[in-house]
Amino acid sequence: MATPTLDKVEDAKPASAPSPYITVTFRIRRYNPEISSEAEWQDFPIEIDPKERVLDGLHKIKWETDGTLTFRRSCAHGICGSDAMRINGKNRLACKTLIKDINPEKPITIEAIKGLTVLKDLVVDMDPFFQAYRDVMPFLITKGNEPTRERLQSAEDRERFDDTTKCILCAACTSSCPVFWNDGQYFGPAAIVNAHRFIFDSRDEGGEQRLEILNDKDGVWRCRTTFNCTDACPRGIEVTKAIQEVKRALITRRF
Amino acid sequence: MKIHKYDTVIVGAGGAGMRAAIESTKRSRTAVLTKLYPTRSHTGAAQGGMAAALANVEEDNWEWHTFDTIKGGDYLVDQDAAEILAKEAIDSVLDLEKMGLPFNRTPDGTIDQRRFGGHSRNHGEAPVRRSCYASDRTGHMILQTLYQNCVKEGVEFFNEFYVLDLLMQEVDGVRKSAGVVAYELATGEIHVFQAKAVIFASGGTGKFFKVTSNAHTLTGDGQAAAYRRGLPLEDMEFFQFHPTGIWRMGILLTEGARGEGGILRNKDGERFMEKYAPVMKDLASRDVVSRSIYTEIREGRGCGPEGDHVFLDLTHLPPEQLDAKLPDITEFARTYLGIEPYTDPIPIQPTAHYAMGGIPTNVRGEVLADNTTVVPGLYAAGEVACVSVHGANRLGTNSLLDINVFGKRAGIAAAEYSATADYVELPEDPASLVVAQVERLRSNTGSERVHDIRRELQETMDANVMVFRTEQTIKTAVAKIGELRERYLNVSIQDKGKRFNTDLLEAIELGNLLDLAEVMAVSALARKESRGGHYREDFPNRDDVNFMRHTMAYREVGDDGTESIRLDYKPVVQTRYQPMERKY
Repeated sequence: MATPTLDKVEDAKPASAPSPYITVTFRIRRYNPEISSEAEWQDFPIEIDPKERVLDGLHKIKWETDGTLTFRRSCAHGICGSDAMRINGKNRLACKTLIKDINPEKPITIEAIKGLTVLKDLVVDMDPFFQAYRDVMPFLITKGNEPTRERLQSAEDRERFDDTTKCILCAACTSSCPVFWNDGQYFGPAAIVNAHRFIFDSRDEGGEQRLEILNDKDGVWRCRTTFNCTDACPRGIEVTKAIQEVKRALITRRF
Repeated sequence: MKIHKYDTVIVGAGGAGMRAAIESTKRSRTAVLTKLYPTRSHTGAAQGGMAAALANVEEDNWEWHTFDTIKGGDYLVDQDAAEILAKEAIDSVLDLEKMGLPFNRTPDGTIDQRRFGGHSRNHGEAPVRRSCYASDRTGHMILQTLYQNCVKEGVEFFNEFYVLDLLMQEVDGVRKSAGVVAYELATGEIHVFQAKAVIFASGGTGKFFKVTSNAHTLTGDGQAAAYRRGLPLEDMEFFQFHPTGIWRMGILLTEGARGEGGILRNKDGERFMEKYAPVMKDLASRDVVSRSIYTEIREGRGCGPEGDHVFLDLTHLPPEQLDAKLPDITEFARTYLGIEPYTDPIPIQPTAHYAMGGIPTNVRGEVLADNTTVVPGLYAAGEVACVSVHGANRLGTNSLLDINVFGKRAGIAAAEYSATADYVELPEDPASLVVAQVERLRSNTGSERVHDIRRELQETMDANVMVFRTEQTIKTAVAKIGELRERYLNVSIQDKGKRFNTDLLEAIELGNLLDLAEVMAVSALARKESRGGHYREDFPNRDDVNFMRHTMAYREVGDDGTESIRLDYKPVVQTRYQPMERKY
């Protein structure tokens, strides 16, 4: 509690509030090639308020029990995209998942996202993911002279690609995609989402180039519409719909 | 140890670092070192907008913006710098739009603008719509847009490279920057980057507070590296507490919520800001609103069984407006509090948010070794730096502006410098300090744990140097920090490996936080007045006679190796605005 609350306020605490803490088991897939070439599950029982985040539980283990437990995180509220992981078999952000919402009665399984090489515990090699992103030319392409003021865009045209601007590049979608698991050459949903963001931006003039890239054998046609990506997206982006819109644009060449 | 050679090295890949990189990559061979992936940087957490007097929706001009910035900073702002900030704001926003940033639009298709705290028409007459925004994820869109343009320009990134030291060498009696030393997280390898120009853009240091909007990774790495190499830190006592953090968690709920019409209420449902700021009300500057909230709490009008928070009320706003303009923060309330903002007010409390102080620079982004001397080849921009455009209190939307205006300036200035300068020779054993630091932490078998020391640091900072301060509370903090610094020498980590050793990383970060917390507390102790974000209950008035000056804190090492902090002061640059009493 911060400075300015006075003692009398402290005294106002209810005398016998029930303890919010429960015991939860985190079952974590551990892997450290410096120690062993085999990955294994390890159980950590922790005392925690179930209204806390899975990330809080991971911190509790790292800070109080086992400092070798390794995961990425930064903002801790679902904006930076560092802590996508597979929690009870589903891709989620650890900082956006409350323990009470994922059945804490049973052990909570936590493992690295799939389809990218695990480097240590919950840390994967993100480079192939960002390479696919770079390959779709994720930047505004325009021709002619720059205007002196802003380019005009109607509110409707701005709304057209609003959903796909929310992407935080956490890889939850791409690493939930069965096609991506089987063949890492597939661009994956996140790269297509970011191509969509520009293809449907009225200011952009690079749509044809991007569509050609996505028309490739490793492009949008690999999508099998399983909706895993949409389910996984922590930002609520309708990923499968965006991929379908790109497919349609490829057929009609209208966007 | 690997040695790399670049014209320009940028430390940090948030808004300031990437804005600098876009400029410097066009002009010089540039490397960007970042301890995260670029898109993880905390610029992405900024929500409400970026100020610029575009006048797209109502009359506005950059002179009003300059005045608001100076008044908002309680006249500790360097006025020449504020004028540059407000003037160049317009081109900065247009630059971003041309780079592709999807701003919200007016019915005419121009960039839409909304109200924000402390921004007014005609020197305080009424709130003005100056904040250019993209929903409530403006920082996210800036970070994404800058990264996209870095991809376009082929900027070379070294991801998850943690810079631990700044190398400086004396050449003909002048101390110059020679490069930096970095720790590669994936492998544990040490890298030396020799560079003609170095730009620090490594962000803030909010993690020495417990309730904070800052990311876990905001640990003042750049400020600490510069400070340990004898460079001063300016105005470190000035820290901003954002009025609306989610109760107990500190997660930011944008001031844009009040810009859209949100109201702060106490337990009686009273709109209490009317008492404290009759004109600007809920849109007074952040220091004023945070103090008002805590005054309500202290006087027994706080909400909840413990009376320790107030409410941000959005229930009178149409759900469509919340969905369109504030989708992220309403979702935070649902996710983390289980509250539906359409129908229920959101419990909030002030949250440690932004360091106004930092590494002193001039308006070209050049780092200062004292009040006037430039360090050749060394630059800083963004929250790590102190230009000073924010003075004693930053206005909302001026930080996204700061990183764009001064990131760009630093990028250009650094690249221009490295185009003509020679490399400074590296010291004999350039990585020695870092190697010793890493080895000591890895091999130490002491009984202290990083987590315990960090928690105690955060608790003492929250309790003693937050919104309200007194000589007694600050002295308590100074003593506690001293004790924690002693205990830190005895800290040990469990992970002794080389691969992704985040245990080691956190131990290093804690060392930075301890150094900077001490500088902050010592600077606060000496400033016996109240100004902006620094409020002394024992000196409740602003004292322009004695304290209209910037604090400059230097690390001193005695002959016996004992460390101390020496405080000096620097005059404030005043151009056309005379200090006045600050009322909202």
